[in-house]
Amino acid sequence: MLAFVIQRVAQSVLVLLVVGLVAFSMFRFVGDPIDNMLGQERTQADIDRLRTTLGLDQPFVVQYVKFLGGAVQGNFGVSYRQGRPVSDILMERAPATLELAAVSGFLAISIGIGLGVFTAIRRDGWAANTIMSLSLIGVSLPTFLIGILLIYLFSVELGWLPSFGRGDTVRIGGWTTGFLTESGLKALILPSITLGLYQMTLIMRLVRSEMLEVLRQDYIRFARARGLRDRAVNFRHALKNTLVPVITVTGLQLGSIIAFAIITETVFQWPGVGLLFINAIQFVDIPVMAAYLMLISVMFVGINLIVDLLYFSIDPRLRADRTKAH
Amino acid sequence: MTGPILSIRNLTVEIPTRHGILRPVDGISYDIGRGEILGIVGESGAGKSMAGNAVIDLLSPPAHIAGGEIWVNGTRIDQLKGDAMRRLRGKEIGMVFQDPLTSLNPLLRIGDQLTETILAHLPLSRAQAKDRAIKALDEVGIPGATERINSYPHEFSGGMRQRVVIALALCAEPSLIIADEPTTALDVSVQAQIIALLKALCRNRGTAVMLITHDMGVIAEAADRVAVMYAGKLAELGAVRDVLGAPRHPYTDGLMGSTPLASRGKARLHQIPGAMPALDNLPQGCAFHPRCPYAQSICKTQMPTLADGDGAACFFPLPHTAEVA
Repeated sequence: MLAFVIQRVAQSVLVLLVVGLVAFSMFRFVGDPIDNMLGQERTQADIDRLRTTLGLDQPFVVQYVKFLGGAVQGNFGVSYRQGRPVSDILMERAPATLELAAVSGFLAISIGIGLGVFTAIRRDGWAANTIMSLSLIGVSLPTFLIGILLIYLFSVELGWLPSFGRGDTVRIGGWTTGFLTESGLKALILPSITLGLYQMTLIMRLVRSEMLEVLRQDYIRFARARGLRDRAVNFRHALKNTLVPVITVTGLQLGSIIAFAIITETVFQWPGVGLLFINAIQFVDIPVMAAYLMLISVMFVGINLIVDLLYFSIDPRLRADRTKAH
Repeated sequence: MTGPILSIRNLTVEIPTRHGILRPVDGISYDIGRGEILGIVGESGAGKSMAGNAVIDLLSPPAHIAGGEIWVNGTRIDQLKGDAMRRLRGKEIGMVFQDPLTSLNPLLRIGDQLTETILAHLPLSRAQAKDRAIKALDEVGIPGATERINSYPHEFSGGMRQRVVIALALCAEPSLIIADEPTTALDVSVQAQIIALLKALCRNRGTAVMLITHDMGVIAEAADRVAVMYAGKLAELGAVRDVLGAPRHPYTDGLMGSTPLASRGKARLHQIPGAMPALDNLPQGCAFHPRCPYAQSICKTQMPTLADGDGAACFFPLPHTAEVA
């Protein structure tokens, strides 16, 4: 198992190097940031001075190695637009995105698995059929439309919930949280539903189809034939056997919850890294874009690594080689 | 205890379909006494497993019991539902499935599967249940039961897994075991061991066994009595010695004739001509008449019945005198 972990970590590093190359290429190929940073009244001397300060006059390879060296230490350079270190800006913005993603992910997983199990067990009931029909909406409507509809209903018409922003936040160390104030919690509701709805319906439909498959298996019939209670059969025996495929998809979906927070953050003007990224694109703020790209890829790679390790804890058959080794 | 452990009377299972109602089990009756092994034989689709599933109430919808009575230990159970039926499963009626590779949950330790079954039926503490689980594994001949209780199913061979399945079926000491093709998926060398084990355990405890199989050898080896099924009906019922030694129903005779025996040498194996009719296309009269070498006109119009108790459902039971044949 240790060999497996080392192998996976090595693969992850390779993926990150490639992403790093792509991120860095943006510095070279996406316009000239100097144009945006200096106004109309620039001189050639100004341009040269700034180019040297930012290290843009050095050869490609040197710049790439410097970029990687900085990235490993969490140093992504200075934002062209704000003139502050990118890592500081990201640290400021990250709590908003992570809190939003955590709430969305929690909603998606808990409600998704719960409804998936329910619709599989009561497969022909009217409630299950209704839920399945409604879930088509979640799968097929685009995120921004759901966000706008929710804003229209709950903010504009009913006036119950705020339509944008994070509400009041409390600062704990370097972390700002919206969990501790009423307005912060209220502000979380609509964006987290918007962000998590697609994932929730996807997980639900996946859990349902996996459950239906597992419920047909002999060991489920045998569990029933031994007189186990329905609850034990459904959750202990059936649900656990659906988890490997469910975790695979859920892991990837959690990654995309963070990555696709861009859309939700734009709709709700949520002050997270996604909104930061959109603004960075508008201003060709390449260090911010590169850092965002790296951040997202680290998260995806990290989640995938965790998913692989979770397989081991769930399915003993995968641990077979380790058992023999001892 | 007096009276049979299991008593089935006129049991009928129906499956409603678009093309009408099918009867995979049609009015069968038999008893299994304490410590007795009743073999049920027949071709695929004859209704052997359906009858077993009906007894333990595990028919897959839309199949359902449409008539008749099922009595276990003097209690009528065919009308029980939900939790009342669940309590009987495992506790009064155990079941062993065909394929040991798929009947154990791959993600749970066998000890956990045993203790959860024991705890579902007996008022024991977790530690007592674990002791009992170890004892159950020991009884089915798993070496080193104390350590093996922490193993997962994939760490056992096929034969060992079937032993675990038997331990699971027996761990709450049911009075009836339904064994649905318990050796079909196993190596021939292991089959005899499993049959011997099942036989020994049930003899010692006085457990009644419904042994469903299509293997005449298994019947001859293990069963006390045998019921031959054809197209949902009982064709013949009787002691193994009588039915296998001197079959009275032409179908049983055909089955016996088609069993390969080393003593017959290289002689061509006998076949029963044709195939069992589909349930939605049963012929009039005796369902076997189109394949029967002795069929007369009455066989095509009227259904022969099985007299109460042993016998064959046939108008012209064997052995025949020359002029009838």
